[in-house]
Amino acid sequence: MPILEGEGVTKHFGGLAAVSSVDFKVDEGEVVGLIGPNGAGKTTLFNLISGALAPQEGTIRLNGQDITGSSPHKICRMGLARTFQSVKVFPNIPVPANVMLGSLFGTPNRVSSADAAGETAELLEFVGLTAVGATPAKDLTLANQKRVEVARALATKPELLLLDELMAGLNHTEIAEALELVARIRERGISILMIEHIMKAIMSACDRIMVLHHGEKIAEGTPQEIAASKKVIEVYLGE
Amino acid sequence: MPGLFLIVLLLLAALPVYRPGYKVILVSSILMYVILTVSWVIFSGTTGYLSLAPAAFFGVGMYTAAVLGMALPLPVVVVLGGLASSCLAFLVGAVTLRLRGIYFAIFTFGLVEFIKNLLLWWEIERTGTRGRFVVLVDNNTIYYVMLAILVMTVLTAYFIRRSRYGLALQSIGEDEEAAVHAGINVTALKIVTFAISAVFMGAAGAIWATQLTYIDPYIAFNLNYSFMPVLMAIFGGIGQPYGPILGAAVVAYLREILITEFPYQYMLLLGIILLVAILFLPNGLVGLVERARRRAFGGQRANT
Ligand SMILES: Nc1ncnc2c1ncn2[C@@H]1O[C@H](COP(=O)(O)OP(=O)(O)O)[C@@H](O)[C@H]1O
Ligand SMILES: [Mg+2]
Repeated sequence: MPILEGEGVTKHFGGLAAVSSVDFKVDEGEVVGLIGPNGAGKTTLFNLISGALAPQEGTIRLNGQDITGSSPHKICRMGLARTFQSVKVFPNIPVPANVMLGSLFGTPNRVSSADAAGETAELLEFVGLTAVGATPAKDLTLANQKRVEVARALATKPELLLLDELMAGLNHTEIAEALELVARIRERGISILMIEHIMKAIMSACDRIMVLHHGEKIAEGTPQEIAASKKVIEVYLGE
Repeated sequence: MPGLFLIVLLLLAALPVYRPGYKVILVSSILMYVILTVSWVIFSGTTGYLSLAPAAFFGVGMYTAAVLGMALPLPVVVVLGGLASSCLAFLVGAVTLRLRGIYFAIFTFGLVEFIKNLLLWWEIERTGTRGRFVVLVDNNTIYYVMLAILVMTVLTAYFIRRSRYGLALQSIGEDEEAAVHAGINVTALKIVTFAISAVFMGAAGAIWATQLTYIDPYIAFNLNYSFMPVLMAIFGGIGQPYGPILGAAVVAYLREILITEFPYQYMLLLGIILLVAILFLPNGLVGLVERARRRAFGGQRANT
Protein backbone atom coordinates (compact mmCIF):
# COMPACT_ATOMS: atom_id res chain seq x y z
CA MET A 1 0.00 0.00 0.00
CA PRO A 2 1.39 3.43 -0.91
CA ILE A 3 1.87 5.86 1.95
CA LEU A 4 0.22 8.66 -0.02
CA GLU A 5 -2.22 8.25 -2.84
CA GLY A 6 -4.29 10.76 -4.80
CA GLU A 7 -6.93 10.18 -7.46
CA GLY A 8 -8.38 12.80 -9.77
CA VAL A 9 -7.43 15.63 -7.43
CA THR A 10 -8.74 18.94 -8.73
CA LYS A 11 -8.65 22.55 -7.55
CA HIS A 12 -9.89 25.58 -9.45
CA PHE A 13 -9.40 29.19 -8.42
CA GLY A 14 -12.26 30.91 -10.17
CA GLY A 15 -11.71 30.05 -13.80
CA LEU A 16 -8.13 28.91 -13.29
CA ALA A 17 -7.52 25.17 -13.08
CA ALA A 18 -4.57 25.24 -10.68
CA VAL A 19 -4.62 21.45 -10.27
CA SER A 20 -6.74 19.37 -12.59
CA SER A 21 -7.46 15.70 -12.15
CA VAL A 22 -4.03 14.73 -10.92
CA ASP A 23 -3.22 11.17 -9.80
CA PHE A 24 -0.18 10.62 -7.64
CA LYS A 25 1.35 8.29 -5.12
CA VAL A 26 4.34 7.97 -2.86
CA ASP A 27 5.49 4.52 -1.70
CA GLU A 28 6.99 3.81 1.67
CA GLY A 29 10.64 4.87 1.84
CA GLU A 30 10.47 6.62 -1.52
CA VAL A 31 11.75 10.09 -2.38
CA VAL A 32 9.56 11.59 -5.09
CA GLY A 33 10.24 14.85 -6.90
CA LEU A 34 7.56 17.25 -8.10
CA ILE A 35 8.71 19.63 -10.81
CA GLY A 36 7.16 22.01 -13.29
CA PRO A 37 7.40 25.64 -14.37
CA ASN A 38 6.30 28.47 -12.10
CA GLY A 39 2.54 28.51 -11.68
CA ALA A 40 2.22 24.84 -12.65
CA GLY A 41 0.24 24.08 -9.50
CA LYS A 42 2.90 22.36 -7.39
CA THR A 43 2.37 24.39 -4.22
CA THR A 44 -1.39 24.16 -4.66
CA LEU A 45 -1.08 20.37 -4.77
CA PHE A 46 0.91 20.50 -1.53
CA ASN A 47 -1.82 22.66 0.00
CA LEU A 48 -4.42 20.10 -1.02
CA ILE A 49 -2.43 17.23 0.47
CA SER A 50 -1.62 18.99 3.75
CA GLY A 51 -5.19 20.19 4.24
CA ALA A 52 -4.51 23.90 3.78
CA LEU A 53 -7.00 23.75 0.90
CA ALA A 54 -9.79 21.30 0.15
CA PRO A 55 -9.99 19.83 -3.35
CA GLN A 56 -13.18 20.24 -5.35
CA GLU A 57 -12.86 16.76 -6.75
CA GLY A 58 -10.84 13.65 -6.10
CA THR A 59 -9.69 11.77 -3.04
CA ILE A 60 -6.43 11.76 -1.11
CA ARG A 61 -5.44 8.87 1.13
CA LEU A 62 -2.67 8.70 3.70
CA ASN A 63 -1.79 5.16 4.73
CA GLY A 64 -5.08 4.05 3.23
CA GLN A 65 -7.15 6.53 5.24
CA ASP A 66 -9.18 9.17 3.44
CA ILE A 67 -7.85 12.60 4.38
CA THR A 68 -9.60 14.59 1.65
CA GLY A 69 -10.65 17.93 3.10
CA SER A 70 -9.43 17.13 6.64
CA SER A 71 -7.95 19.96 8.62
CA PRO A 72 -4.16 20.38 8.60
CA HIS A 73 -3.68 19.62 12.30
CA LYS A 74 -5.43 16.27 11.93
CA ILE A 75 -3.42 15.36 8.85
CA CYS A 76 -0.26 16.37 10.66
CA ARG A 77 -1.09 14.11 13.62
CA MET A 78 -1.74 11.27 11.18
CA GLY A 79 1.87 11.46 10.06
CA LEU A 80 2.25 14.04 7.32
CA ALA A 81 4.39 17.13 7.80
CA ARG A 82 5.42 19.89 5.44
CA THR A 83 7.56 22.97 4.95
CA PHE A 84 6.55 26.09 3.03
CA GLN A 85 7.92 27.74 -0.11
CA SER A 86 7.96 31.12 1.66
CA VAL A 87 9.51 29.96 4.90
CA LYS A 88 7.12 30.01 7.85
CA VAL A 89 8.87 30.03 11.20
CA PHE A 90 7.44 31.68 14.31
CA PRO A 91 9.60 34.81 14.11
CA ASN A 92 9.65 35.98 17.73
CA ILE A 93 9.70 32.54 19.32
CA PRO A 94 13.14 31.11 20.20
CA VAL A 95 14.40 28.43 17.84
CA PRO A 96 14.07 25.50 20.29
CA ALA A 97 10.45 26.43 21.12
CA ASN A 98 9.68 26.68 17.40
CA VAL A 99 10.72 23.06 17.07
CA MET A 100 9.21 21.92 20.36
CA LEU A 101 5.73 23.04 19.23
CA GLY A 102 5.88 20.25 16.67
CA SER A 103 6.69 17.70 19.38
CA LEU A 104 4.04 18.98 21.76
CA PHE A 105 1.15 19.17 19.31
CA GLY A 106 2.01 17.26 16.16
CA THR A 107 1.62 13.68 17.35
CA PRO A 108 -1.52 11.72 18.23
CA ASN A 109 -0.43 11.07 21.81
CA ARG A 110 0.30 13.56 24.53
CA VAL A 111 4.03 14.13 24.86
CA SER A 112 5.46 15.31 28.18
CA SER A 113 7.40 18.56 28.19
CA ALA A 114 10.54 16.73 29.20
CA ASP A 115 10.27 14.31 26.28
CA ALA A 116 9.49 17.17 23.89
CA ALA A 117 12.57 19.04 25.10
CA GLY A 118 14.68 15.92 24.56
CA GLU A 119 13.36 15.38 21.05
CA THR A 120 13.91 19.06 20.28
CA ALA A 121 17.54 18.92 21.32
CA GLU A 122 18.07 15.81 19.23
CA LEU A 123 16.45 17.39 16.16
CA LEU A 124 18.34 20.66 16.51
CA GLU A 125 21.51 18.63 16.42
CA PHE A 126 20.21 16.58 13.49
CA VAL A 127 19.60 19.67 11.35
CA GLY A 128 22.76 21.41 12.59
CA LEU A 129 21.25 24.22 14.66
CA THR A 130 22.69 23.50 18.08
CA ALA A 131 24.90 26.59 17.93
CA VAL A 132 22.11 29.15 17.54
CA GLY A 133 20.84 28.62 21.09
CA ALA A 134 17.64 30.41 22.04
CA THR A 135 17.79 33.06 19.29
CA PRO A 136 14.38 34.16 17.99
CA ALA A 137 13.84 32.47 14.63
CA LYS A 138 13.58 35.78 12.77
CA ASP A 139 17.26 36.52 13.46
CA LEU A 140 18.45 33.44 11.57
CA THR A 141 19.68 33.30 7.97
CA LEU A 142 17.26 31.94 5.38
CA ALA A 143 19.11 28.62 5.27
CA ASN A 144 18.85 28.27 9.03
CA GLN A 145 15.19 29.26 9.09
CA LYS A 146 14.57 26.48 6.60
CA ARG A 147 16.36 24.12 8.96
CA VAL A 148 14.05 25.25 11.76
CA GLU A 149 11.07 24.45 9.58
CA VAL A 150 12.44 21.01 8.76
CA ALA A 151 13.17 20.31 12.42
CA ARG A 152 9.68 21.45 13.44
CA ALA A 153 8.19 19.20 10.76
CA LEU A 154 10.31 16.25 11.90
CA ALA A 155 9.28 16.89 15.50
CA THR A 156 5.73 15.88 14.56
CA LYS A 157 7.16 12.39 13.77
CA PRO A 158 5.96 12.23 10.18
CA GLU A 159 5.99 9.17 7.96
CA LEU A 160 5.83 11.46 4.94
CA LEU A 161 7.48 14.85 4.62
CA LEU A 162 6.56 17.42 1.97
CA LEU A 163 9.36 19.87 1.15
CA ASP A 164 8.38 22.93 -0.92
CA GLU A 165 11.50 24.36 -2.58
CA LEU A 166 13.79 23.67 0.35
CA MET A 167 16.79 24.75 -1.69
CA ALA A 168 15.43 27.90 -3.34
CA GLY A 169 17.41 30.98 -2.32
CA LEU A 170 20.32 29.01 -0.88
CA ASN A 171 23.96 29.25 -2.00
CA HIS A 172 26.03 26.32 -3.31
CA THR A 173 27.32 25.18 0.05
CA GLU A 174 23.88 25.43 1.61
CA ILE A 175 22.33 23.46 -1.25
CA ALA A 176 24.85 20.69 -0.73
CA GLU A 177 24.06 20.68 2.97
CA ALA A 178 20.32 20.60 2.26
CA LEU A 179 20.78 17.64 -0.09
CA GLU A 180 22.73 15.84 2.54
CA LEU A 181 19.99 16.61 5.07
CA VAL A 182 17.38 15.13 2.72
CA ALA A 183 19.45 11.97 2.46
CA ARG A 184 19.70 11.68 6.25
CA ILE A 185 15.95 12.26 6.66
CA ARG A 186 15.40 9.41 4.25
CA GLU A 187 17.72 7.21 6.35
CA ARG A 188 15.37 7.77 9.28
CA GLY A 189 12.77 5.90 7.26
CA ILE A 190 10.73 8.95 6.31
CA SER A 191 9.26 9.12 2.81
CA ILE A 192 9.64 12.44 1.01
CA LEU A 193 7.74 14.37 -1.63
CA MET A 194 9.75 17.40 -2.72
CA ILE A 195 9.22 20.35 -5.02
CA GLU A 196 12.48 21.66 -6.38
CA HIS A 197 13.68 23.79 -9.26
CA ILE A 198 17.33 22.88 -9.03
CA MET A 199 17.56 20.01 -11.50
CA LYS A 200 20.85 18.62 -10.35
CA ALA A 201 19.52 18.38 -6.82
CA ILE A 202 16.29 16.72 -7.77
CA MET A 203 17.93 14.28 -10.16
CA SER A 204 20.31 13.04 -7.50
CA ALA A 205 17.86 12.96 -4.60
CA CYS A 206 14.78 11.34 -6.11
CA ASP A 207 13.74 7.81 -7.01
CA ARG A 208 10.91 9.08 -9.14
CA ILE A 209 9.79 12.42 -10.55
CA MET A 210 6.38 13.81 -11.48
CA VAL A 211 6.01 16.79 -13.81
CA LEU A 212 3.12 19.26 -13.55
CA HIS A 213 2.27 21.77 -16.25
CA HIS A 214 -0.79 24.07 -16.20
CA GLY A 215 -2.20 21.97 -13.39
CA GLU A 216 -1.91 18.67 -15.23
CA LYS A 217 0.50 15.83 -14.73
CA ILE A 218 2.33 15.54 -18.03
CA ALA A 219 5.04 13.06 -17.19
CA GLU A 220 6.25 10.68 -14.52
CA GLY A 221 9.25 8.39 -14.28
CA THR A 222 12.78 7.86 -13.08
CA PRO A 223 15.14 10.84 -13.22
CA GLN A 224 16.74 9.37 -16.36
CA GLU A 225 13.38 9.00 -18.08
CA ILE A 226 12.35 12.52 -17.17
CA ALA A 227 15.67 13.99 -18.34
CA ALA A 228 15.17 12.26 -21.68
CA SER A 229 11.47 13.08 -22.08
CA LYS A 230 10.77 15.29 -25.10
CA LYS A 231 7.55 16.58 -23.56
CA VAL A 232 9.31 17.74 -20.42
CA ILE A 233 12.13 19.39 -22.35
CA GLU A 234 9.61 21.25 -24.49
CA VAL A 235 7.76 22.54 -21.44
CA TYR A 236 10.93 23.86 -19.89
CA LEU A 237 12.33 25.33 -23.10
CA GLY A 238 8.94 26.85 -23.90
CA GLU A 239 9.13 28.96 -20.76
CA MET B 1 7.96 39.07 40.16
CA PRO B 2 5.64 36.63 42.00
CA GLY B 3 7.07 38.01 45.25
CA LEU B 4 6.17 41.56 44.28
CA PHE B 5 2.71 40.44 43.25
CA LEU B 6 2.22 38.81 46.66
CA ILE B 7 3.27 41.97 48.51
CA VAL B 8 0.91 44.14 46.46
CA LEU B 9 -1.82 41.61 47.09
CA LEU B 10 -1.30 41.70 50.86
CA LEU B 11 -1.36 45.50 50.82
CA LEU B 12 -4.56 45.44 48.80
CA ALA B 13 -6.13 42.90 51.12
CA ALA B 14 -5.39 45.14 54.10
CA LEU B 15 -6.65 48.31 52.40
CA PRO B 16 -10.26 48.38 53.65
CA VAL B 17 -8.95 48.22 57.18
CA TYR B 18 -6.88 51.41 57.03
CA ARG B 19 -8.68 53.32 54.25
CA PRO B 20 -12.41 52.78 54.60
CA GLY B 21 -15.08 54.49 52.50
CA TYR B 22 -14.66 56.05 49.09
CA LYS B 23 -11.17 54.71 48.48
CA VAL B 24 -12.44 51.16 48.57
CA ILE B 25 -14.77 51.76 45.66
CA LEU B 26 -12.08 53.69 43.79
CA VAL B 27 -9.68 50.79 44.14
CA SER B 28 -12.44 48.31 43.25
CA SER B 29 -12.93 50.11 39.95
CA ILE B 30 -9.21 49.96 39.30
CA LEU B 31 -9.19 46.24 40.07
CA MET B 32 -12.15 45.85 37.70
CA TYR B 33 -10.19 47.40 34.85
CA VAL B 34 -7.16 45.25 35.64
CA ILE B 35 -9.37 42.17 35.41
CA LEU B 36 -10.83 43.28 32.06
CA THR B 37 -7.39 44.08 30.67
CA VAL B 38 -5.57 40.98 31.86
CA SER B 39 -8.35 38.71 30.62
CA TRP B 40 -8.44 40.56 27.30
CA VAL B 41 -4.71 39.94 26.93
CA ILE B 42 -5.12 36.20 27.64
CA PHE B 43 -6.77 35.87 24.25
CA SER B 44 -6.14 38.96 22.12
CA GLY B 45 -2.65 39.77 23.38
CA THR B 46 -1.35 36.36 22.37
CA THR B 47 -3.31 35.43 19.25
CA GLY B 48 -3.44 38.95 17.81
CA TYR B 49 -7.20 38.62 17.24
CA LEU B 50 -8.52 42.02 18.29
CA SER B 51 -11.61 41.35 20.40
CA LEU B 52 -13.92 44.27 21.07
CA ALA B 53 -16.30 42.01 22.96
CA PRO B 54 -15.29 42.73 26.59
CA ALA B 55 -18.30 45.06 26.97
CA ALA B 56 -20.58 42.23 25.88
CA PHE B 57 -19.16 39.80 28.43
CA PHE B 58 -19.00 42.43 31.16
CA GLY B 59 -22.60 43.42 30.42
CA VAL B 60 -23.85 39.84 30.50
CA GLY B 61 -22.26 39.53 33.93
CA MET B 62 -24.03 42.70 35.07
CA TYR B 63 -27.39 41.45 33.88
CA THR B 64 -26.84 38.10 35.56
CA ALA B 65 -26.54 40.01 38.82
CA ALA B 66 -29.59 42.14 38.03
CA VAL B 67 -31.75 39.12 37.26
CA LEU B 68 -30.52 36.62 39.84
CA GLY B 69 -29.00 38.87 42.49
CA MET B 70 -32.03 38.85 44.78
CA ALA B 71 -32.63 35.11 44.49
CA LEU B 72 -29.21 33.58 44.92
CA PRO B 73 -26.21 34.02 47.23
CA LEU B 74 -23.61 36.49 45.95
CA PRO B 75 -20.80 34.01 45.19
CA VAL B 76 -23.19 31.92 43.12
CA VAL B 77 -24.33 35.01 41.22
CA VAL B 78 -20.74 35.99 40.47
CA VAL B 79 -19.85 32.49 39.27
CA LEU B 80 -22.99 32.34 37.13
CA GLY B 81 -22.15 35.73 35.63
CA GLY B 82 -18.79 34.34 34.61
CA LEU B 83 -20.28 31.16 33.22
CA ALA B 84 -22.99 32.98 31.25
CA SER B 85 -20.38 35.20 29.63
CA SER B 86 -18.21 32.22 28.94
CA CYS B 87 -21.07 30.40 27.19
CA LEU B 88 -21.71 33.46 25.06
CA ALA B 89 -18.01 33.68 24.22
CA PHE B 90 -17.98 30.02 23.30
CA LEU B 91 -20.86 30.49 20.88
CA VAL B 92 -19.44 33.68 19.41
CA GLY B 93 -16.04 32.05 19.09
CA ALA B 94 -17.43 28.97 17.36
CA VAL B 95 -19.15 31.18 14.80
CA THR B 96 -16.51 33.83 14.25
CA LEU B 97 -13.07 32.52 15.06
CA ARG B 98 -12.76 31.15 11.58
CA LEU B 99 -12.81 34.78 10.49
CA ARG B 100 -9.44 36.36 10.22
CA GLY B 101 -8.21 39.72 11.38
CA ILE B 102 -10.39 42.74 10.92
CA TYR B 103 -13.61 40.76 10.35
CA PHE B 104 -13.36 39.28 13.80
CA ALA B 105 -12.82 42.72 15.35
CA ILE B 106 -15.83 44.14 13.52
CA PHE B 107 -18.02 41.22 14.49
CA THR B 108 -17.19 41.52 18.18
CA PHE B 109 -17.82 45.25 17.96
CA GLY B 110 -21.20 44.61 16.39
CA LEU B 111 -22.00 42.01 19.02
CA VAL B 112 -22.00 44.62 21.79
CA GLU B 113 -24.35 46.91 19.90
CA PHE B 114 -26.57 44.00 18.93
CA ILE B 115 -27.00 42.72 22.49
CA LYS B 116 -27.57 46.23 23.78
CA ASN B 117 -30.37 46.91 21.32
CA LEU B 118 -31.92 43.49 21.58
CA LEU B 119 -32.04 43.80 25.35
CA LEU B 120 -33.44 47.30 25.15
CA TRP B 121 -36.24 46.10 22.91
CA TRP B 122 -36.90 43.11 25.17
CA GLU B 123 -37.00 45.13 28.38
CA ILE B 124 -39.39 47.70 26.98
CA GLU B 125 -41.62 45.02 25.42
CA ARG B 126 -41.63 42.75 28.44
CA THR B 127 -41.22 44.92 31.52
CA GLY B 128 -42.13 48.31 30.15
CA THR B 129 -39.09 49.84 31.81
CA ARG B 130 -35.59 50.30 30.54
CA GLY B 131 -33.51 49.48 33.57
CA ARG B 132 -33.27 47.19 36.57
CA PHE B 133 -32.25 47.56 40.16
CA VAL B 134 -29.46 45.38 41.40
CA VAL B 135 -29.17 43.86 44.85
CA LEU B 136 -27.24 45.96 47.36
CA VAL B 137 -23.90 44.68 48.57
CA ASP B 138 -21.62 46.49 50.99
CA ASN B 139 -18.48 48.10 49.61
CA ASN B 140 -15.98 45.91 51.41
CA THR B 141 -17.62 42.75 50.09
CA ILE B 142 -17.55 44.15 46.55
CA TYR B 143 -13.91 44.99 47.05
CA TYR B 144 -12.90 41.54 48.29
CA VAL B 145 -14.87 39.73 45.62
CA MET B 146 -13.21 41.89 42.97
CA LEU B 147 -9.82 41.18 44.50
CA ALA B 148 -10.53 37.43 44.48
CA ILE B 149 -11.54 37.56 40.80
CA LEU B 150 -8.39 39.53 40.04
CA VAL B 151 -6.19 36.95 41.74
CA MET B 152 -7.82 34.17 39.74
CA THR B 153 -7.50 36.15 36.50
CA VAL B 154 -3.81 36.82 37.04
CA LEU B 155 -3.10 33.24 38.08
CA THR B 156 -4.96 31.89 35.05
CA ALA B 157 -3.09 34.25 32.73
CA TYR B 158 0.18 33.23 34.34
CA PHE B 159 -0.42 29.48 34.08
CA ILE B 160 -1.67 29.67 30.51
CA ARG B 161 1.34 31.74 29.55
CA ARG B 162 3.72 29.23 31.09
CA SER B 163 2.01 26.21 29.61
CA ARG B 164 2.33 24.58 26.20
CA TYR B 165 -0.97 26.23 25.30
CA GLY B 166 0.52 29.65 25.94
CA LEU B 167 3.26 28.85 23.47
CA ALA B 168 0.68 27.55 21.00
CA LEU B 169 -1.39 30.74 21.35
CA GLN B 170 1.69 32.81 20.64
CA SER B 171 2.46 30.69 17.59
CA ILE B 172 -1.07 31.36 16.30
CA GLY B 173 -0.40 35.07 16.67
CA GLU B 174 2.84 34.77 14.74
CA ASP B 175 1.80 32.47 11.91
CA GLU B 176 -1.50 30.70 12.12
CA GLU B 177 -0.97 28.59 9.03
CA ALA B 178 2.34 27.27 10.32
CA ALA B 179 0.69 26.62 13.68
CA VAL B 180 -2.09 24.49 12.27
CA HIS B 181 0.45 22.59 10.18
CA ALA B 182 2.49 21.86 13.30
CA GLY B 183 -0.51 19.93 14.61
CA ILE B 184 -2.12 22.63 16.73
CA ASN B 185 -5.92 22.53 16.70
CA VAL B 186 -6.03 26.29 16.28
CA THR B 187 -9.80 26.62 16.07
CA ALA B 188 -10.45 24.70 19.30
CA LEU B 189 -7.64 26.46 21.12
CA LYS B 190 -8.89 29.89 20.08
CA ILE B 191 -12.49 29.15 21.06
CA VAL B 192 -11.60 27.69 24.45
CA THR B 193 -9.20 30.50 25.29
CA PHE B 194 -11.75 33.11 24.24
CA ALA B 195 -14.32 31.43 26.50
CA ILE B 196 -11.88 31.28 29.42
CA SER B 197 -11.03 34.95 29.10
CA ALA B 198 -14.75 35.83 29.18
CA VAL B 199 -15.30 34.09 32.54
CA PHE B 200 -13.43 36.81 34.40
CA MET B 201 -15.06 39.64 32.48
CA GLY B 202 -18.50 38.26 33.30
CA ALA B 203 -17.68 37.68 36.96
CA ALA B 204 -16.32 41.22 37.26
CA GLY B 205 -19.49 42.56 35.64
CA ALA B 206 -21.69 40.67 38.08
CA ILE B 207 -20.01 42.16 41.15
CA TRP B 208 -19.61 45.62 39.62
CA ALA B 209 -23.34 45.82 38.91
CA THR B 210 -24.07 45.57 42.65
CA GLN B 211 -22.01 48.70 43.15
CA LEU B 212 -23.98 50.62 40.53
CA THR B 213 -27.31 49.49 42.10
CA TYR B 214 -29.18 50.42 38.90
CA ILE B 215 -28.34 49.33 35.35
CA ASP B 216 -29.86 49.58 31.91
CA PRO B 217 -28.58 48.30 28.55
CA TYR B 218 -26.69 51.54 27.86
CA ILE B 219 -24.84 51.31 31.15
CA ALA B 220 -24.12 47.59 30.99
CA PHE B 221 -23.16 47.31 27.34
CA ASN B 222 -21.13 50.50 27.12
CA LEU B 223 -18.43 50.16 24.45
CA ASN B 224 -15.99 51.93 26.74
CA TYR B 225 -15.63 48.61 28.52
CA SER B 226 -14.37 47.20 25.23
CA PHE B 227 -12.04 50.03 24.32
CA MET B 228 -10.50 50.63 27.73
CA PRO B 229 -8.92 47.17 28.10
CA VAL B 230 -7.35 47.48 24.65
CA LEU B 231 -5.95 50.93 25.40
CA MET B 232 -4.81 49.91 28.87
CA ALA B 233 -3.02 46.84 27.52
CA ILE B 234 -1.27 48.86 24.83
CA PHE B 235 -0.42 51.61 27.31
CA GLY B 236 1.11 49.08 29.68
CA GLY B 237 2.74 47.00 26.97
CA ILE B 238 2.00 43.37 26.29
CA GLY B 239 5.63 42.26 25.99
CA GLN B 240 5.79 41.36 29.68
CA PRO B 241 3.13 39.77 31.89
CA TYR B 242 3.06 42.73 34.27
CA GLY B 243 2.53 45.27 31.44
CA PRO B 244 -1.26 45.02 31.18
CA ILE B 245 -1.62 45.06 34.98
CA LEU B 246 0.48 48.20 35.22
CA GLY B 247 -1.22 49.83 32.25
CA ALA B 248 -4.71 49.14 33.54
CA ALA B 249 -3.89 50.32 37.07
CA VAL B 250 -2.27 53.55 35.90
CA VAL B 251 -4.91 54.46 33.30
CA ALA B 252 -7.82 53.52 35.57
CA TYR B 253 -6.37 55.67 38.34
CA LEU B 254 -5.76 58.57 35.96
CA ARG B 255 -9.30 58.21 34.73
CA GLU B 256 -10.69 58.46 38.26
CA ILE B 257 -8.65 61.57 39.00
CA LEU B 258 -9.59 63.24 35.74
CA ILE B 259 -13.27 62.47 36.29
CA THR B 260 -13.27 64.15 39.69
CA GLU B 261 -11.04 67.08 38.71
CA PHE B 262 -12.32 67.75 35.18
CA PRO B 263 -15.73 66.09 34.91
CA TYR B 264 -16.45 67.62 31.50
CA GLN B 265 -13.08 67.34 29.77
CA TYR B 266 -11.87 64.06 31.22
CA MET B 267 -12.42 61.97 28.09
CA LEU B 268 -10.54 64.50 26.01
CA LEU B 269 -7.65 64.64 28.48
CA LEU B 270 -7.50 60.88 28.80
CA GLY B 271 -7.52 60.56 25.04
CA ILE B 272 -4.62 62.99 24.69
CA ILE B 273 -2.58 61.22 27.35
CA LEU B 274 -3.13 57.83 25.71
CA LEU B 275 -2.32 59.18 22.25
CA VAL B 276 0.92 60.72 23.43
CA ALA B 277 1.84 57.52 25.22
CA ILE B 278 1.16 55.38 22.20
CA LEU B 279 3.18 57.71 19.96
CA PHE B 280 6.18 58.00 22.23
CA LEU B 281 6.20 54.69 24.07
CA PRO B 282 6.08 52.02 21.39
CA ASN B 283 6.40 49.23 23.94
CA GLY B 284 4.24 50.90 26.55
CA LEU B 285 5.20 51.36 30.16
CA VAL B 286 6.95 48.01 30.01
CA GLY B 287 9.38 49.49 27.50
CA LEU B 288 10.18 52.32 29.93
CA VAL B 289 10.64 49.97 32.87
CA GLU B 290 12.84 47.59 30.93
CA ARG B 291 14.99 50.45 29.65
CA ALA B 292 15.42 51.80 33.17
CA ARG B 293 16.24 48.35 34.41
CA ARG B 294 18.89 47.85 31.73
CA ARG B 295 20.44 51.19 32.57
CA ALA B 296 20.51 50.24 36.24
CA PHE B 297 22.35 47.03 35.47
CA GLY B 298 24.97 49.05 33.58
CA GLY B 299 25.25 48.03 29.96
CA GLN B 300 24.82 44.27 30.37
CA ARG B 301 21.92 44.21 27.92
CA ALA B 302 19.59 41.31 28.20
CA ASN B 303 19.81 39.34 24.99
CA THR B 304 16.18 39.09 23.97
N1 LIG C 1 -5.00 30.96 -3.07
C1 LIG C 1 -5.00 31.18 -4.40
N2 LIG C 1 -5.97 31.93 -4.96
C2 LIG C 1 -5.99 32.14 -6.29
N3 LIG C 1 -5.08 31.65 -7.15
C3 LIG C 1 -4.08 30.92 -6.64
C4 LIG C 1 -3.99 30.64 -5.25
N4 LIG C 1 -2.89 29.86 -5.03
C5 LIG C 1 -2.32 29.67 -6.24
N5 LIG C 1 -3.03 30.29 -7.20
C6 LIG C 1 -2.74 30.26 -8.64
O1 LIG C 1 -2.68 28.90 -9.01
C7 LIG C 1 -1.63 28.69 -9.94
C8 LIG C 1 -0.68 27.65 -9.39
O2 LIG C 1 0.07 28.23 -8.34
P1 LIG C 1 1.13 27.42 -7.50
O3 LIG C 1 0.49 26.16 -7.04
O4 LIG C 1 1.64 28.31 -6.45
O5 LIG C 1 2.25 27.10 -8.55
P2 LIG C 1 3.73 26.56 -8.36
O6 LIG C 1 3.95 26.23 -6.95
O7 LIG C 1 3.80 25.37 -9.27
O8 LIG C 1 4.64 27.65 -8.84
C9 LIG C 1 -0.98 30.04 -10.18
O9 LIG C 1 -1.52 30.60 -11.36
C10 LIG C 1 -1.39 30.85 -8.98
O10 LIG C 1 -1.46 32.21 -9.29
MG1 LIG D 1 5.27 26.95 -5.58
